[in-house]
Amino acid sequence: MNILIILLPVAIGLGVCGLLACLWAMRTGQFDDLEGAGWRAIADDDLPEPSKQEIKPLS
Amino acid sequence: MSVEQDFSVFVRHPARGVAAMDLVVEGVHCGGCMTTIEKGLKAHRGVRSARVNLASKRVTVEWDEGAMKPGSIVERLDELGFPAWPFAPEAAGGAEANEERRLLRALGVAAFAMMNIMLLSVSVWSGDLSPATRDMFHWISALIALPAVAIAGRPFFDSALRAIRQGAFNMDVPISLGVLLALVLSVAQTLQHQQEAYFDSAVMLLMFLLAGRVLDQRMRRRTRDVATNLAAMRSETALRILDCGDAVETPIAAIKPGDLVLVRPGERITVDGLVETGRSDIDQSLVTGETALGEAAPGRAVFAGTMNMTGALRIRVDKAASGTLLDEVNHLLARAVEQRSRWVRLADRAARLYAPVVHVTALATFVGWLLAGLAWQPALVIAITVLIITCPCALGLAVPAVQVVCASAMFKRGVLLNSGEALERLAGVDTIIFDKTGTLTLPKAEIANLAQIDPRDLAHAGALAAASNHPLARVIALASGARAPSDAREAPGQGVEARVDGDCMRLGSASFCEASDDQRAGAALWPDASVIYFRHGERVVSFAIRQALRPDAREIVAGLAARGFAIEILSGDRVEAVAAVARELSIATYAAGLKPADKIARLEQLKAKGHRVLMVGDGLNDAPALAAAHVSLSPISASHLAQAHADAVFLGERLAPVAAALALAGKARRLMLQNLWLSVAYNAIAVPIAISGHATPLVAALAMSGSSILVTLNALRARHARGFAP
Repeated sequence: MNILIILLPVAIGLGVCGLLACLWAMRTGQFDDLEGAGWRAIADDDLPEPSKQEIKPLS
Repeated sequence: MSVEQDFSVFVRHPARGVAAMDLVVEGVHCGGCMTTIEKGLKAHRGVRSARVNLASKRVTVEWDEGAMKPGSIVERLDELGFPAWPFAPEAAGGAEANEERRLLRALGVAAFAMMNIMLLSVSVWSGDLSPATRDMFHWISALIALPAVAIAGRPFFDSALRAIRQGAFNMDVPISLGVLLALVLSVAQTLQHQQEAYFDSAVMLLMFLLAGRVLDQRMRRRTRDVATNLAAMRSETALRILDCGDAVETPIAAIKPGDLVLVRPGERITVDGLVETGRSDIDQSLVTGETALGEAAPGRAVFAGTMNMTGALRIRVDKAASGTLLDEVNHLLARAVEQRSRWVRLADRAARLYAPVVHVTALATFVGWLLAGLAWQPALVIAITVLIITCPCALGLAVPAVQVVCASAMFKRGVLLNSGEALERLAGVDTIIFDKTGTLTLPKAEIANLAQIDPRDLAHAGALAAASNHPLARVIALASGARAPSDAREAPGQGVEARVDGDCMRLGSASFCEASDDQRAGAALWPDASVIYFRHGERVVSFAIRQALRPDAREIVAGLAARGFAIEILSGDRVEAVAAVARELSIATYAAGLKPADKIARLEQLKAKGHRVLMVGDGLNDAPALAAAHVSLSPISASHLAQAHADAVFLGERLAPVAAALALAGKARRLMLQNLWLSVAYNAIAVPIAISGHATPLVAALAMSGSSILVTLNALRARHARGFAP
């Protein structure tokens, strides 16, 4: 049962990490616009200029 | 005439040298629009950041102070193809957002605690642990659960304390009691090295209930966002006259009492005040429901929401116009709000019945086991188990879950609820009272006798009308689509004269067109209309112009009557006008020429007979009746005061949302009752197990999550309501 001494803190530690991440996301307003966030992930405005031209004919 | 817009009232200063403004944007649907707006704005020199919120259809722009005028942001957005309106985020909206954040944080903490405690609990339930390990698991659970409940339970504890302090009772009292007792019992059990602890039950209960509350809060905020957006898009402004004599278009929020405001003919008056100079006819239909024109002259009071028809007015803004209609309305409102019978919500009524029964059962269990010869400690444990297992998890979700689902279904059909309990009150309605002007009819006008008018006359009259700014003339111009002749001459307050194809033509009042009594007689067929005459040579044609009925008013009213609702019209307008509408809609009971107090009197009369009345109205004069009725609805075009006192607001030109709201509310009530019975059934099974002393934490966990999920699934059925016209 000595393995518990490692496993329990690890399990709880991971949980705390998740909780802190959730609180951080909340404080920085990431739950304010759930629809927009989905679109931002697939927006291609961060691509370098040349590759943008390559993509254009496809659209 | 182009006037400079003054947006300074909307500008915030989040940091030194930085200015920011929030705008409502129309037509943002996808990620593409979002990128277009953000890139387009950032290309502008001086703009620091632009961020679109797709869910609420808003943009927040920050720019270097002084680098540009706020108005140029609106222009830029217009160029990009997105009409935008600046607005000031309300303080109330901030409080709502804070409350949501608080609940969300509590939910996060509860979810974290539940997952970790479950991890330990499942190991304990499996039963293979040595007593020492089990104790350690319980202590770790306690270490997580105690602070978690202290944080996540706050919304319930606060509300329960508030209720008890006021001598009232709500669902949060048994919830708080159950959670706290579960914790105390578990700690005591752990201290005595017992097998069972209820840390998981306590935290799970909080998690489920918080999830419900977060959804509820989110729905309310979304409704409020839409309402704020619509208000911003109406963007009421007034032409403020500065000391130097220039006029600046100023948002209403920035107008102060004492300011002088110019209202041109054909514009809506957006302030309350006294006329200083100028004479005009004003259309007061939004305020009094009267469709006949009123007169405005120096010294007379005018109200926001009325339409200035014929002449320019200078108005001294004055909120406190005493002895006026507004005064009377406010007085009646105060009384109506006070007298509105305190409605006890279904959930609270259930809690009132439920809590004593549960607490007595727990006590009886304790006494029963003592009498049966058990020691007081195990007897107390069993009694507390009864309290934990009956803790109203499903009961707490039963009503809010239905409210959330139903409110979003209404939202889709164009009804915005102001409060969740409006649903319950809507469901009990048996009588519907409509206001006429602006509620059964639309704020826009049409030509009533269009069928009898020669198209050539219409074309000629339309051409003359196009040369005028008069609202009635605009209706004719719009109907004909003709263009203005070059030599039209307008006689202010009388009509328009022009020479077309060599003939002299006139459009305007009866005297201006020299209509004979015979020719005037035709207009009597349309008692509810304003009449304009058109003279071409010897011929005189009359145009009867009146407010159009809402396009689906006939079917909806007939449909509601068929479903057994008693329907009445109470209007402030002339009896001829009301009778015509009542006849057209086959409504037998109507009253005309009513003052706000008369409308309330009729409501009280119906209430005394035991009827529950839904009032649908839009005018300033309807506001007291809206507040006094059992439940009330307002169209989105209504006056601010009416909207503030209505339980729900409906969008669009159609009346269908009213029928949809009633149908959905009926369904919601059925589902709420079903849910309450489901939780009673669950208790009927779980309580005997607990009383007999066979309840384990595993049984409690299964029963709680099972009943909560069942109730939530049942609530989802509220999305589909049948039985109303599309």
